[in-house]
Amino acid sequence: MNEALQLILFLVLLAVLSPLLGKYMAKVFMGDKHIMTPVFGWLEKLVYRLSGIKSEEEMNWKTYMYGVLIFNLFGFLLLFLLQIFQVYLPLNTEKLPNVSWHLAFNTAMSFTTNTNWQSYSGENTLSYLVQMLGLTVQNFVSAATGIAVVLALIRGLTRKTTDALGNFWADMTRSVIYVLLPLSIILTIALVGQGAVQTFSHYVKATTLQGSEQVIPLGPAASQIAIKQLGTNGGGFFGANSSHPFENPTPLSNFLELLSIIIISAGLVFTFGYYMKSKGQARAIFITMFILFAVGIAVSLWAEYSHNNVLNVSGAMEGKETRFGVMNSVLWSVTTTATSNGSVNAMQDSLSPLSGLVAMFNIMLGEIIFGGVGSGLYGMIIFIILTVFIAGLMVGRTPEYLGKKIEAFEMKMAILAVLAPSIVIKLFSAIACLVPAGLAGLNNAGPHGLSEILYAFSSAAGNNGSAFAGLNTNSVFYNLMMGSGMLIGRFGIIVPVMAIAGSMARKKVTPVSSGTFRTDNWLFVMLLISVILIVGGLTFFPPLALGPIVEHSLMHLGVTF
Amino acid sequence: MKTQIFIALKFLLIMTLLTGLIYPLLMTGVAQLSYPYKANGSLIIKDGKIIGSELIGQKFDSSTYFWSRPSATGYDAIPSGGSNLGPTSKTLKALVSSRRILFAKMNSIDNMTEVPEEMIFASGSGLDPQISPRSAMMQVERIVKARHLDNNMKNILLKKINDLTEDPQLSFLGEPRINVLLLNLELDKIDGNLTNNK
Repeated sequence: MNEALQLILFLVLLAVLSPLLGKYMAKVFMGDKHIMTPVFGWLEKLVYRLSGIKSEEEMNWKTYMYGVLIFNLFGFLLLFLLQIFQVYLPLNTEKLPNVSWHLAFNTAMSFTTNTNWQSYSGENTLSYLVQMLGLTVQNFVSAATGIAVVLALIRGLTRKTTDALGNFWADMTRSVIYVLLPLSIILTIALVGQGAVQTFSHYVKATTLQGSEQVIPLGPAASQIAIKQLGTNGGGFFGANSSHPFENPTPLSNFLELLSIIIISAGLVFTFGYYMKSKGQARAIFITMFILFAVGIAVSLWAEYSHNNVLNVSGAMEGKETRFGVMNSVLWSVTTTATSNGSVNAMQDSLSPLSGLVAMFNIMLGEIIFGGVGSGLYGMIIFIILTVFIAGLMVGRTPEYLGKKIEAFEMKMAILAVLAPSIVIKLFSAIACLVPAGLAGLNNAGPHGLSEILYAFSSAAGNNGSAFAGLNTNSVFYNLMMGSGMLIGRFGIIVPVMAIAGSMARKKVTPVSSGTFRTDNWLFVMLLISVILIVGGLTFFPPLALGPIVEHSLMHLGVTF
Repeated sequence: MKTQIFIALKFLLIMTLLTGLIYPLLMTGVAQLSYPYKANGSLIIKDGKIIGSELIGQKFDSSTYFWSRPSATGYDAIPSGGSNLGPTSKTLKALVSSRRILFAKMNSIDNMTEVPEEMIFASGSGLDPQISPRSAMMQVERIVKARHLDNNMKNILLKKINDLTEDPQLSFLGEPRINVLLLNLELDKIDGNLTNNK
């Protein structure tokens, strides 16, 4: 009963709050006055002045993209250097050694691409300084980068015969100052109120009641956790991520964090609606995402509560926390993979095979079910372009979206964006299965072992960051393979998306007529869902069949590995 | 292009200061002022010594204490984590079966299927501070015997279990649960001081 109530409240709040946030964000990014202008307006102007940003100067797609790439390159370098020199820097309270070059490469790539895969545990690897100056910063700016790119695409789709896609630096500044920062401040305080730690003290040594010694790690965690959820980053301050009692102490903190994971991505759909001046278009996208999300939750819950013949239980508590129980663990697993968050409040590796499959499938679809902040929506728009193209072929008309013709160039770019992560997932997984260095990291045998590898590269290519964490990836092989996977998965989509934005912006708009193929009704929603499932399904069915699906059948027979 | 490079460098520096320094420092200030106990780890201090954190589970496997959940890290908090054993793992099957037998035997439970789930499965963090109230109740008889508690003490203990049980937050969020460390501290109080006495 309580389970149903929590689930329904979560879905209702998602549907009610995201249009409100979407409206607010539309005001922010259109440069209108809004409630935060009096509070942080001075800060926005200060950032412009200090960095030499001319916020009114609009950019064409190449200049905009150049800004994205150069800024991310510098961010990567800074984070890499902070890690390999952490010994020489202040605030290393536990005297942690310098991070190895390959782990530093992986982590820097991971946090700049909004993946937040972690081949390490924070409490025994990174100093407070690196967590703050390195990771927290990238948590903010990688999320803002996603928002900036989707804004450029939105402008490209909704403007006509122009080269101007907005100012990258202004979009970044506004995302951070008006959206991410205020929400993070509120969430941080709420989390500390529930018990999350926020301190610069040393780790504490305790003598337990039974007389053994326990070292309790501390740190400025809450401030990082807030943005890790809101920015769909997902990298934990501590190794156990959001299952750690200092990161996610109570069911209420759990509920707030869950909502934070999804709310900005969902809100951006409605922001898109304001740019299009059409709530109907936005609603169609939201409903598509909502349906895919709800079905994922239903399948995953059913799978997790089903009987496990090996362990002879239903709803096994392995890897789950008492305070959350099975339902909240499953809901989190679906939410964190539908978006590109990747934080976990239960160990994904120990989920039932089909719950693990839902999580993996969500990532493989490209994290477009709300998805990452910004990245979810631009990923979905790629699928919309595919869908109108296919629909256009069926009725024999030139495909159009929002009155703009979809032509060969856009199709090439869209296919590139769909293929880039898919190739990483399948090719890199195949390589890892063939070489000893790939198999060395396995924690589970049999089909579950394949799932561990497949999940890892899906997570990297999808910039998710969640893991079947049994797989030990802190090796030269995995750190480099995963790092490059994240790079391709992020910029292999951003570059084609920017190209589409540029080419769409230049086009004329054909007025709506009775022959226009509508993209705001149920027919379109169903078509879009079909295209998403068929593309995702056909691409990934074979490896999924060999991993989680086989494991599910064998589990019923009671087979162990 | 050159101006873009300079903007990128300056912007990165400013963002690093704003979100990497000012923001966490400000939040630490606010947290330390408004929730000093929680922001510093909800530490429990007894006789001037830190005995743990309310939120971080401890290993309890002695017959005189309420047991905590199995932990893949043995309640070592550096680093935290779960077993990551999958649903068809031979190792997990063996672990679960031996934990089930042990819990049933120690607490005189006849029907193996009645052993509560969280007592046979390791948590995600390896630091789960809580168990279900049902698991606590099942352990009462064992503790009463091991500590030779009289009836009066037993009743106080039962009342403490009731007091310490946390209902779902706002009456519907999460699961009912009880903090094992806090419960065992109360147990020691009821029984005089049995600390470190296995």
